[in-house]
Amino acid sequence: MSCEILRVEGLHKRYGNEEVLKGVSFSVRQGEALAIIGPSGTGKSTLLRCINGLTEPDGGRIWLENIEITNAKTDINKIRQQIGFVFQDFNLFAHLTALDNVRLGLTKVKRIPKRQATERAMAELNRVGLAEKANAYPAQLSGGQQQRVSIARALAMEPKLMLFDEPTSALDPELIGEVLQVMQDLADEGMTMVVVTHEMGFARSVCDEVIFMEKGVIVEQGPPEQIFLRPQQPRTRQFLGKISELYGGTGS
Amino acid sequence: MRGCAPPGRALVLFKGATIEKLQLVWESLPLLLHGTLVTVELTVGLLLVGLLLGVPVALGQVYGPHPLVVLMSSYERFFRAMPILVLLIFFYFGLKPPLSPFGTAVLVFGLHSSAYQSQIFRGAIQAIKQGQLLAARALGMTRLQALCYIVLPQALRLSIPGWSNEYSGVLKDTSFVFSIGVSELFRQGWQIMQRTREVFLIFITVAVIYLILTYLGTWLLELLERRLGVPGLAGQRREEHGRVL
Amino acid sequence: MNPLAPFCQTLEVGSFIRLVCDIWPRLLQGTMTTFHLTVLAIGLGLVGGLLLALGRVYGTKPIYWFSTAYVQFVRGTPVLVQLFLIYYGLPAFEIRLDSLTAAIVGLGLNSAAYQAEYFRGAIQSISRGQMLAARAVGMTNAQAIRYVILPQALRIVIPPWSNELIYTLKYSSVAFIIGAPELMSTGQIIASRNFRYFEVFLIVAFIYLICVLVISKLLDLLEQRLKIPGLEMR
Repeated sequence: MSCEILRVEGLHKRYGNEEVLKGVSFSVRQGEALAIIGPSGTGKSTLLRCINGLTEPDGGRIWLENIEITNAKTDINKIRQQIGFVFQDFNLFAHLTALDNVRLGLTKVKRIPKRQATERAMAELNRVGLAEKANAYPAQLSGGQQQRVSIARALAMEPKLMLFDEPTSALDPELIGEVLQVMQDLADEGMTMVVVTHEMGFARSVCDEVIFMEKGVIVEQGPPEQIFLRPQQPRTRQFLGKISELYGGTGS
Repeated sequence: MRGCAPPGRALVLFKGATIEKLQLVWESLPLLLHGTLVTVELTVGLLLVGLLLGVPVALGQVYGPHPLVVLMSSYERFFRAMPILVLLIFFYFGLKPPLSPFGTAVLVFGLHSSAYQSQIFRGAIQAIKQGQLLAARALGMTRLQALCYIVLPQALRLSIPGWSNEYSGVLKDTSFVFSIGVSELFRQGWQIMQRTREVFLIFITVAVIYLILTYLGTWLLELLERRLGVPGLAGQRREEHGRVL
Repeated sequence: MNPLAPFCQTLEVGSFIRLVCDIWPRLLQGTMTTFHLTVLAIGLGLVGGLLLALGRVYGTKPIYWFSTAYVQFVRGTPVLVQLFLIYYGLPAFEIRLDSLTAAIVGLGLNSAAYQAEYFRGAIQSISRGQMLAARAVGMTNAQAIRYVILPQALRIVIPPWSNELIYTLKYSSVAFIIGAPELMSTGQIIASRNFRYFEVFLIVAFIYLICVLVISKLLDLLEQRLKIPGLEMR
């Protein structure tokens, strides 16, 4: 039994009158890949943003290993260095080349000497298969390439945990595969990751655990075989049924 | 008003042969070029003062707490509503600052320009996508780091076309400082005109120098923009030499 | 010595109120002249700007070159140079204008160049399809411009044009340099007699501020009323 990297307990978040998270609890073990699925607007992205402090929760607690993220005394910038975050719309820094995008966090946040940082950044770009695009600006890259650079940017910080917020939702269908491949390689290498996704095939074949969320609560949690083949909750069955109706099958 | 008496008698356009006129222009050039230098110094100085004040005003308006936003917005509105000549005379003759006329001019024009520059810069900051800041924070950057490494480099680039406008605007406005006795291009021209009574000859020469300065400056800024340019990150080109309001 | 001392003018309330009572009729007169000057200059600029814009968009080669050269020259040189050319330069051609007329003509000709660019932008932003459609129903070129292009262009141009109006109002203060009796020079004359520059120009600045803010507000309202959905400057 490997140790717990992330623990979330009773997370609440409300925007105005709408409660988007109504007491969410789960944990992620070292080396585990967790998928969070569910209809749009059910607080999945909010949940991810709470984990690295981009959104402040109204209630509940979050731990990264044994440090409580939600404690006001915790230096959130220290925590964020240990958590990689991949956005739906990439958010590559528009004025920097791919290399500089990956290198910036190393030189400015981790204060690693430039030469070392360059080496590490190049290694990460190589890992996502984009070493030859090191000097390209974001606008010169395809969506899939931009997302791979943004994964490299997060990986360069050597995070303990990677958070993916619908990483393929903004991509043209033919570009989704290259990004999912990089993520699968990461999972195979044993990276701990939490992935909010609509890619059921990915959730089913790559992830170790799946959470189905709706209306701010976890409806069902279990290994992919359970969720996709023998869902316990009627809502889960209904949701997956609708997906397979729309896309013709829940797996790839 | 100091140094601004209307000429006593009618001024003559044609007085002597063409060759003499060319000679007059030639002889006036050293003085005019000296004035040109003062005009350039004044323009660069006031743009820098405006930049130094304008950037914090814009940052205050975008990121500051509510009272600061109100304060900075009022500052901007006030200076933009005020004719620059009124400000100049008020500061120079009314407040009598312990500064040279040149220093006063740089200060007053700088204050005025800072209001316009803050508007340009504010627009640029607001044109930056929210995700850029989020991504920076997600890497573990502090607010200040995100500002220095992400927001400012992008916003400054986006501001260049606006500045180009501001440059050509203030360059022309610097001619107003002749009213407080700074010997810049316009005043030099005016003094030569008083001596020689060659209104058209001198003022057309002065106008041509201003034209050259306008086009040279905007060309240099365009060069700078291209030099610093990044694909996919271009400022909105507003109307060239237009008035910024 | 306190370096800020020169800035710390004392404003004695009683004497300030007496000053206001004393000079307000003259300042009001000056303000009226400022409005007079602004309205005539912007009107002259409107006519001139429209002609220049049409010249630049639809004109023949010589007209195009003339309008372009005019616009570029005026926009590349200070209004003060233009004002001096008119006031001190024209007498050489036996054209003598009094200072107020010279200011109106100078500011108007200056504004024309700027307005021309707003109009040109507006005309060019109206799709070619509008012109083609007008010609297709049998209109002449001039009719198409008159009945189809201009009515749309004029609406699009309202926001930049109201900026130009405010701008001209503020820049009418340069007329004081040639002594036109508007608000700024009225203030200057009063202050140079009583040496109370600080107080007099405080009042003058206040009047300009109020005028500019009130007129901008009115123009905003006008803009809202004249808005046609889908017809905005891109």
